[in-house]
Amino acid sequence: MLELRNISKTFHPGTVHEKRALQHMNLHLAPGDFVTVIGSNGAGKSTLLNAVAGVWQVDEGQILIDGKDVTTLPEYRRAEFIGRVFQDPMMGTAPSMLIEENLALAMRRGRKRGLKWGITAAEREMYREKLANLGLGLENRMSDKVGLLSGGQRQALTLLMASLQQPKLLLLDEHTAALDPATAAKVLTLSDSIVQESNLTALMITHNMRDAIEHGNRLVMMHLGKVILDISGEEKKKLTKSELLDRFAALSGVQEESDAVLLA
Amino acid sequence: MSFLTSFFNAMPGAVAQGLIWGLMAIGVYITFRILDVADLTVDGSIATGGAVCVMLIRMGVNPWVAVLCAFCAGLLAGLVTGLFHTRCGIPAILSGILTQLALYSINLRIMGSKANQAVGVDKYDLLVSQRYVRALNLDNPLPLLLIAVIVLVGALYWFFGTERGCSIRATGANPNMARAQGINTNRNVVLGLMLSNGLVALSGALLSQYQGAADINMGRGAIVIGLAAVIIGEVLLGKVFHNFALKLASVAIGAVIYYIVLQIVLQLGLNTNDLKLITAIIVAVFLAVPYLRAQHGGTKHKKQGKEQEANAGAA
Repeated sequence: MLELRNISKTFHPGTVHEKRALQHMNLHLAPGDFVTVIGSNGAGKSTLLNAVAGVWQVDEGQILIDGKDVTTLPEYRRAEFIGRVFQDPMMGTAPSMLIEENLALAMRRGRKRGLKWGITAAEREMYREKLANLGLGLENRMSDKVGLLSGGQRQALTLLMASLQQPKLLLLDEHTAALDPATAAKVLTLSDSIVQESNLTALMITHNMRDAIEHGNRLVMMHLGKVILDISGEEKKKLTKSELLDRFAALSGVQEESDAVLLA
Repeated sequence: MSFLTSFFNAMPGAVAQGLIWGLMAIGVYITFRILDVADLTVDGSIATGGAVCVMLIRMGVNPWVAVLCAFCAGLLAGLVTGLFHTRCGIPAILSGILTQLALYSINLRIMGSKANQAVGVDKYDLLVSQRYVRALNLDNPLPLLLIAVIVLVGALYWFFGTERGCSIRATGANPNMARAQGINTNRNVVLGLMLSNGLVALSGALLSQYQGAADINMGRGAIVIGLAAVIIGEVLLGKVFHNFALKLASVAIGAVIYYIVLQIVLQLGLNTNDLKLITAIIVAVFLAVPYLRAQHGGTKHKKQGKEQEANAGAA
């Protein structure tokens, strides 16, 4: 479903701030793969997601989504295939617009936006149902501005928006990092059920090793802009946190066996 | 007594000017509030609208057609600013200044290298004229201007409710989110700038007819008057008006209030040379009030915010 062929990205090339964020990276996601991505600070996790989303173009390599080469497509054109939830709860929604308007915007992802009315009555009913499924009481607040919602409510809404038009790929960029632990757990459970329900292919960055182990069917560890570990199936199910730390130390050469390295 | 008499005599003129500038201010609202872009093109495009309209009417063109052409000229001005900004990466504020500067020369060319071109109501059939502002007949410009404002508010209410209009609002509200939802934010910024400057030029076309002339300097400080209208409308009516159409209407009402206040100040003895100074002070005061109020009540707001967060967390 997603194929990264030898992609590289260097920020500020030729300056003292030069940062080789992705270095000839390869990754292949089969349809239905739910991959968690971990790695220390600066490993290139967010760069990877931004490269796929098309926030900027990669320096070399190819990006294919469902067999289609999207390497040169701008961000808004790739959005047709991609649902995204950001780390910052403020990023994924328009705060000055209503909940239902935000959903209506997401419903039209990848479609032509013409001079038809921006939201229909039938749509509203569907949104009401979907919001009720979240169990946050948002179905009764559809004409509230999103700016009034808490961070957790916003992330839940953004998740719903990302999956409203079934995306070929769901990108979750540390989307629970800014939430309190209880809310984070709720949003993660919700992410799981949304991915399962629609059998989505997903890429989830997390800084929490337990979350990386407990969610998804495959775990990828990044270091210095490359994949250094790729575990799936039974092996991933049996994986423990300490084992993961050991393997990180062995593979990366970083000896500091503290959570801080991975959790940073 | 004579103060009140002359004030009431000046009222119809103030309202008419307010309505004309209200159309312009609604254009400013589109960029300043909806797109979140400070567009300084308007100082030039309002004069462009006036120049195009007056020159066409002098050539014998129907005044309605002339106004439409002025609108189109404004669209073009907005297009140029939009392309400077989105295609050439020039900051929005500088893009507007560049277009505004360029328009000064272009406006002079449109007006045949004259700084002022008259269009007398005796000689031409104008849509609106200052001369009849207190007349009790169909020549009075007030009904037409009022209808123009209402029609514009209605049309924009419709447009910003459509799929395209919603995507423009999203572009201004959160461009990252907009792009993630497949919205071409660059194109929407250009569209918004075009629409805004089109309306500004349309207002300039009506203003030049109302005053009986187009002047190369008629746009000087226009952006500040537009902002004054937007902000006065928000400060005075923002708490009452939540519906989008009413918000647009409050911009026009803000412009009318601005001209009434100006009349009062003039009646009090200040002369017209002081108008720009007064305008700047009015805008500065109205811009500062919400800020100072927020600072003053800052601690209170913070507390409330924390409580809300706690409640949300508990829920």
